Amino acid sequence: MPKIIINNKEIEFEEGMTVLQACELAGEEIPRFCYHERLSIAGNCRMCLVEMEKSPKPIASCAMPATEGMKIKTNTSLVDKARKGVMEFLLANHPLDCPVCDQGGECDLQDQSLFYGLDSSRYTESKRQVDEKYMGPLIKTQMTRCIHCTRCIRFATEVAGIPELGATGRGEDMEITTYLEKSMESELSANVIDLCPVGALTSKPYAFEARPWELKKTETIDVMDAVGSNIRVDSYGWEVKRVLPRINEDINEEWISDKTRYSCDGLLKQRLDTPLIRENGKLQKTSWDIALKLLIKKINLFKPDQIAGMVGDLADLEMIYSFKSFFNNILRSENLECRNDRIYINPKERMNYIFNSKINGIEESDLILLVGTNPRLEATILNARIRKAYVKNQIKIYSIGDPGDLTYPCEYLGSSTSIIKEILSGSNKISEKIKKSKKPIIILGESSLYGEKGKYIFESLKSFLEENNFLKEDWNALNVLSQQASRVGAIDLEAYSISEENNFKFFDKLHNNEFKFIYLLGQDNINFEKNDKFIVYQGSHGDKGAEIADIILPGAAYTEKDGLFINLEGKLQRAYKASYPPGDAREDWVIFKDLSNIMNKKSEYNNIQKLKELIKKSVNLKINKNNIKTNKVDFVEENILIKPMDYYYTNPISRASKVMSECRQISKKFLFTGVEKAS
Amino acid sequence: MLKDEDRIFKNLYNDLGWEIESALKRGDWNQTKDIISKGKDFIIKEIKDSELRGRGGAGFPTGLKLSFAPKEIGSRPHYLVINADESEPGTCKDRDIMRFEPQKLIEGCLITGYAISAHVCYIYIRGEYFREGQILQQAIDQAYEKNFLGKNACGSGWDLDIYIHYGAGAYICGEETALLESLEGNKGLPRLKPPFPALVGLYGCPTIVNNVETIAVLPTILKRGAKWFSSLGKPKNTGTKIFCISGNVNNPCNVEEEMGIPLKDLIDKHAGGVVGGWNNLQAVIPGGSSMPLLPKNICETITMDFDSLIKVKSGLGTAGVVVINKDQDIIKCMARIAKFYKHESCGQCTPCREGCGWMWRMLERMANGDSTYKEIDLLLDVTKQIEGHTICAFGEGSAWPVQGLIRHFRKEIEKRSHEEPIIKKKTNIPYLVDQHLLEEEGA
Repeated sequence: MPKIIINNKEIEFEEGMTVLQACELAGEEIPRFCYHERLSIAGNCRMCLVEMEKSPKPIASCAMPATEGMKIKTNTSLVDKARKGVMEFLLANHPLDCPVCDQGGECDLQDQSLFYGLDSSRYTESKRQVDEKYMGPLIKTQMTRCIHCTRCIRFATEVAGIPELGATGRGEDMEITTYLEKSMESELSANVIDLCPVGALTSKPYAFEARPWELKKTETIDVMDAVGSNIRVDSYGWEVKRVLPRINEDINEEWISDKTRYSCDGLLKQRLDTPLIRENGKLQKTSWDIALKLLIKKINLFKPDQIAGMVGDLADLEMIYSFKSFFNNILRSENLECRNDRIYINPKERMNYIFNSKINGIEESDLILLVGTNPRLEATILNARIRKAYVKNQIKIYSIGDPGDLTYPCEYLGSSTSIIKEILSGSNKISEKIKKSKKPIIILGESSLYGEKGKYIFESLKSFLEENNFLKEDWNALNVLSQQASRVGAIDLEAYSISEENNFKFFDKLHNNEFKFIYLLGQDNINFEKNDKFIVYQGSHGDKGAEIADIILPGAAYTEKDGLFINLEGKLQRAYKASYPPGDAREDWVIFKDLSNIMNKKSEYNNIQKLKELIKKSVNLKINKNNIKTNKVDFVEENILIKPMDYYYTNPISRASKVMSECRQISKKFLFTGVEKAS
Repeated sequence: MLKDEDRIFKNLYNDLGWEIESALKRGDWNQTKDIISKGKDFIIKEIKDSELRGRGGAGFPTGLKLSFAPKEIGSRPHYLVINADESEPGTCKDRDIMRFEPQKLIEGCLITGYAISAHVCYIYIRGEYFREGQILQQAIDQAYEKNFLGKNACGSGWDLDIYIHYGAGAYICGEETALLESLEGNKGLPRLKPPFPALVGLYGCPTIVNNVETIAVLPTILKRGAKWFSSLGKPKNTGTKIFCISGNVNNPCNVEEEMGIPLKDLIDKHAGGVVGGWNNLQAVIPGGSSMPLLPKNICETITMDFDSLIKVKSGLGTAGVVVINKDQDIIKCMARIAKFYKHESCGQCTPCREGCGWMWRMLERMANGDSTYKEIDLLLDVTKQIEGHTICAFGEGSAWPVQGLIRHFRKEIEKRSHEEPIIKKKTNIPYLVDQHLLEEEGA
């Protein structure tokens, strides 16, 4: 490895590193504003100047490639003077309104001026005033504070793929703007708030809510989509104030979607905080005792066959396991379902329902085929990875089914299932391309697995990949893109009812009105006619499920309990409790334990540790290939229509969120009446 | 004084006509084929021997620069870019070359294009030079008609196409990497170096960027020989140069002269002397607005070449000589230049963006007698904080004139400045000291 001398200390560095990275290896801290690991190098803040031997001027370490034998000094008076000078210039036109700035306490400018700046200001001219910009309901701007590092511009162009941010004007009059004073049309837009090193772009919903040092920080997992982004939840007492991304190179890198970040105000609204019973068509408050006893009384009226349970989108493994255990062991019913609709699943092998290529693997891939999926909405973070792969390797991306506007160019092949038939027979040009590529990725979305065609599409594409040797241990090209945080976990725990011949047994029975008693476990995204069914809803929010329920049992939301989640790659992750359930609401597994106790039946577990052990036993995270051959599936001629997705309204928490409603209104371009205003 | 036969630009005043016929009569496109047939190495060696230094301002040896281009064309094409974005205040040499001697430039483009293996040449003209651009375009068209350009240009076996691109009037686009950005269609912001344009330039391809005058003198050097060129001027500062003399002179003009001519000769013989006589001279900016000014006592003896001017902490720059006589307010002049730089700073990097405005505001106050003694040092400190800390040389360009002012006219500023207000001075007294004790001491 090449060597570099930093402050007379020789250190080895990797080829391709910059001087700044090498300095970090040597343990020397280099102040910086514009430099960010995941964005292109701008080199414009000039804070990272260091002294290089034989160079009369100090050099910008973030932009200078490190080379063998370079002699760098970071602690000389020249460097110190340069840093002080740059810092003074940055602060010259900065308003220094830290007491009223939301960035206070986590501001790079504050921290670095403390360590590298002058102690007093010599600038006596009047400061620059910049107009506020409108950037949508999520981003609050205070452009006077801007130090023109252009991180936000680079993020929008490079990562988000929407060149909607830019700088207008020149010199002192340079301004960062969305040009047309409109909101950023990206699902990743709010990441610019984290990127902004100063208080120019701050969070609008979080404005003046709290100071960072007052908040309790809990590192946990997101449930808004199946990606399982790593997040940090900041709470103040019971209230969740904000959600921030946590770095996980394998999943979300450093980004989270707007929905993940801003659904948190939905945790405060529409909450179920006490058990409710429907009497004469109206919901009445009641106690746990009465509600549970009534529930058991009703259950006893029906045969196990008539009892059905549905698992919702946000359920963790504890919830699903205790629910399943309650159904199988106590109610003796097998009618459990985790799907919302007639989506084909084949749970015989674990690789049949997870994203086998891994999110990290996308970057290595050389060809991506989307089948009936719009990753931009269905898995925003995964979509950002596809864009990264596109930017890095210029890979070709094809789509069957029209995905609409993605953040990278995508060739639309058509939407009929006959294209898949052509691929199998080799008459489509894409067939040859897949065979020739080294690491192809085929992503099957829910829309492609929907209904009768689902089985054909899945099984035939799988056998196509099998034939071409793409289902190996080191590279598995078969990927199913789940949309719900609970889905993979629920399939792992076998919370579905399918038979060899009928994949949608449950739904057939449901619509034939064979079920008389339905237990909805946080399930709000299902449509069926109520008729004479008795419905129990257990969940955190008063949403679609609670609307039709006869008994409502308040549960905990995802930030209010410890839980295990399996993301779409099949990765097990643990979420931690940041807050506690409101009012009388309880953690869900406790409710099932209480129910068993009241029924005088012994449940498998008594405490959370035992429950966790049981879950660990029943979840097999390894992909064991069974070599199960499926019979040839008949061709079904059908169109693959990508189901339109109401991105900001996918689950009860985001539906309860005011911020999400605003985003939705703007994204759908709803017209406002004279009284309302877009802000 | 330069002999008439040694002049390179014989039609600098358009006495003979710019069209290709009259240019041919003056010897343009003569022997071009022979020069090219001698090969790339010969051309570059000859230019190196002539010790020609770039005429765009930095004075970088041209032969060396051309030799930076990769020898063979790799996977990416090579480009030649001519910097005709002549925006330096006080400079108008390229303008006269483009409108009166366009064939010299075009011929230079072909030879240089061959020397660096470029098949495409872009001429980036500042948007304000619209008429000049039209004439240059006509000249290019005429050259195409005579088969001096295009396929097998001038019978040399080398293909070269020339395209003109108009800028939009930004000073910063005269910086070579900002020019390339602008040419690519982006905002004209200078790029980080390394990588240098010779390896990664226009569209990521090897690119050589040169000033109009540098390219326009090349054919004559190659025709008359490096020895002839290096016999003119001083060692390492060879040849002739177009000087643009403006300001308080009786006869502002462009004139081609030998390098190393005394400044006094230049002003007296060519520009008709300073308005109000030599004794009325206050200062001279020797190389366009970004070079530090020289006071009268230096102007008496200084010779106009790169190295002598560097010795007196100024520079030849683009050789735009701006004469300032004693009727002018020198601080106001510099404040005006500072305002220009404040207006033209691209805003990309911090020191220049924030510093230029700060310098201008302080200079305005100094000109109005609104400053304190302390602020003179502060201003000098600010210029030092800008200098050398920026991405491009614009930082130096904006800081140097101010440094020059403080270096030579500090007394003038001090005359107009005043002490710091007394109220401010007293703030040094610590609060925790007993005030009555202080009073006793003071009494």
